[in-house]
Amino acid sequence: MTNLVGTDAPLGAATREAFGDELVALGKEHAEIVVIDGDVNNSTYTNKFMKEFPDRFFNCGIAESNMIGIASGLASCGKVAFVSSFSAFLINNAYEQLRMSVAYPRLNVKCVGTHAGISIGEDGPSQMALEDVAATRALAGFVVLVPADEKSTRSAIRAAYAHDGPVYVRTGRPKAPIVYADGVEVRIGKALQVRDGIDVTLIANGLMVAAAVGAADVLARENLRARVLDMVSTKPIDEDAIAKAARETGAIVVAEEHLHAGGLGSAVAETVAATAPVPIEFVDVGDRYGESGTPEELMLHYGLTASDVVRAAKRVLDRKQTLSI
Amino acid sequence: MAGVTTRPAIDLEVLRERALRIRREIIESTTAAGSGHPTTSLSGVEIAVALYFGGILRYDAKRPRWPDRDRFILSEGHGAPLLYAVLAEAGYFPTAELNTLRKFGSPLEGHPNMRKVPGVEASTGSLGEGLSIGIGHALAGRLDGKDYHVFVMTGDGEIEEGQVWEAAMAAVQFNLSNLTLIVNNNDFQQTASIEKVMNTKPIAAKFESFGWIAVDIDGHDLTAVHEALAVPRRSSEGRPQCVVAHTVKGKGVSFIEGPLGHHGKALTADEAKRALAELSR
Ligand SMILES: Cc1ncc(C[n+]2csc(CCOP(=O)(O)OP(=O)(O)O)c2C)c(N)n1
Ligand SMILES: [Mg+2]
Repeated sequence: MTNLVGTDAPLGAATREAFGDELVALGKEHAEIVVIDGDVNNSTYTNKFMKEFPDRFFNCGIAESNMIGIASGLASCGKVAFVSSFSAFLINNAYEQLRMSVAYPRLNVKCVGTHAGISIGEDGPSQMALEDVAATRALAGFVVLVPADEKSTRSAIRAAYAHDGPVYVRTGRPKAPIVYADGVEVRIGKALQVRDGIDVTLIANGLMVAAAVGAADVLARENLRARVLDMVSTKPIDEDAIAKAARETGAIVVAEEHLHAGGLGSAVAETVAATAPVPIEFVDVGDRYGESGTPEELMLHYGLTASDVVRAAKRVLDRKQTLSI
Repeated sequence: MAGVTTRPAIDLEVLRERALRIRREIIESTTAAGSGHPTTSLSGVEIAVALYFGGILRYDAKRPRWPDRDRFILSEGHGAPLLYAVLAEAGYFPTAELNTLRKFGSPLEGHPNMRKVPGVEASTGSLGEGLSIGIGHALAGRLDGKDYHVFVMTGDGEIEEGQVWEAAMAAVQFNLSNLTLIVNNNDFQQTASIEKVMNTKPIAAKFESFGWIAVDIDGHDLTAVHEALAVPRRSSEGRPQCVVAHTVKGKGVSFIEGPLGHHGKALTADEAKRALAELSR
């Protein structure tokens, strides 16, 4: 039995649910945390916080621009405002407010988007955020975190809270394959090295970390040693880890559940070009929107499984070899 | 509530003199900058003067982030020359700085920056965002058990933005009696009159239908402005209040008043001289 990225890693909680649980835990520790919802708290799991702390929870209705503005005001008064909705609505409907009312004054607003990527499945493309990482990377001063599984999400939410300034955390709808069975500590600006290797580096975020790990296992059977970097901190990105990987392995694959333009692939390419140029292959959704289907069907159809990462690794290894001849 | 009983009776002569001085500073600073929005700024002078110098707003210029202060958020950020002049007069920074308006290196940017200017509560300039921010301040005040009041001023064209009406619903839903929206109803927006571009009238009726308490006042009558803005603290039935202040764009400078299309233009040095002569009486 394989999971939605085509590996046999067991499934843990959905990253959106891990967010909801960690928010309650944080809320117990820190009275200044408030939560803003846009009529989707039973989808984003902020209903857990709402039940625990009704006075610190504000459902603003279906009005994302206003939500972000209210969060801005609360943060100006010393609150740490977690705003949550589907990424597609939170980022796209309120982009101007994120720029002007949050990023520009550098306020402590933590935007947690759920239902990112094509893996939401049947609900289809209107609900799928595929451009959110590009958009939030382009907000000056924003931190962008894309955690892979339950435990790394919990840690990412804590890192978001502890950071002084605006943060976007991207979470997903389906149960996520477990990458960190024993827990992990997410640090802003730091890559997490999941596997070491010297032939090729697989860089991924979100669900695609599990795909990269699965791909590394397949490559290992052919005596190809793949390094796997979880770029949970997509911005700021760990330039040292990327440059080191480029120098030591000479070939990179970037995998993400996002449009080609502006996401993790762009961020890695920017760093590689500026430090240690090596061939890069990209595994992503391309330049198109999704469609309805099961998460498994969609990940397969859009080329976001471990096998797709393996094929990209072979391509980039060919290019590396051609270069060295 | 604190602040109500201590409010001094207003001395109209002193306030009028202050208003005149602020009008001069608006003309001088925008002409020195060579750009900016003097007519917008001139239309809001009595509103700002009543708030800051009529004893309505509770503030301490020495402690700009004093947690118990009342808030004034200028949502129509292009009225920055007015806000800066008022903050300088209130003692947040020296009035001499007003002449650095819009100059490289000055904290007094074209639109207000809360990170650079003491007394500025929100970074604005993209229209439509201030009321939502004000709601955040009002909710925080309630959570923290504070009795401060939040005033937000918007333009009458600005309320064409959909976000304003999202916020208008939320303020009522959250029973924000500690929030007052002032609409600077000067009848004009950037390119033409409100009626010609996108009519927002009747403004008070719209807010009333959303559940607000709304009143229409003459926005240049200091007594009327003072009365309208002082009332909310005393009684508001758990509802936010909207004060529609009928004003004249360019008020106080005869040759740019009203429908003359002077939006977003600084006066030339010669025009400024004529304007300052009118404003010296
Ligand atoms: C979102 C947004 N759109 C357009 C502008 C450009 N703009 C600046 S002032 C203005 C007109 C504002 O009219 P009003 O709200 O009536 O203010 P007034 O100057 O009349 O007080 C416009 C369109 C802007 N600053 N923000
Ligand atoms: Mg107007």
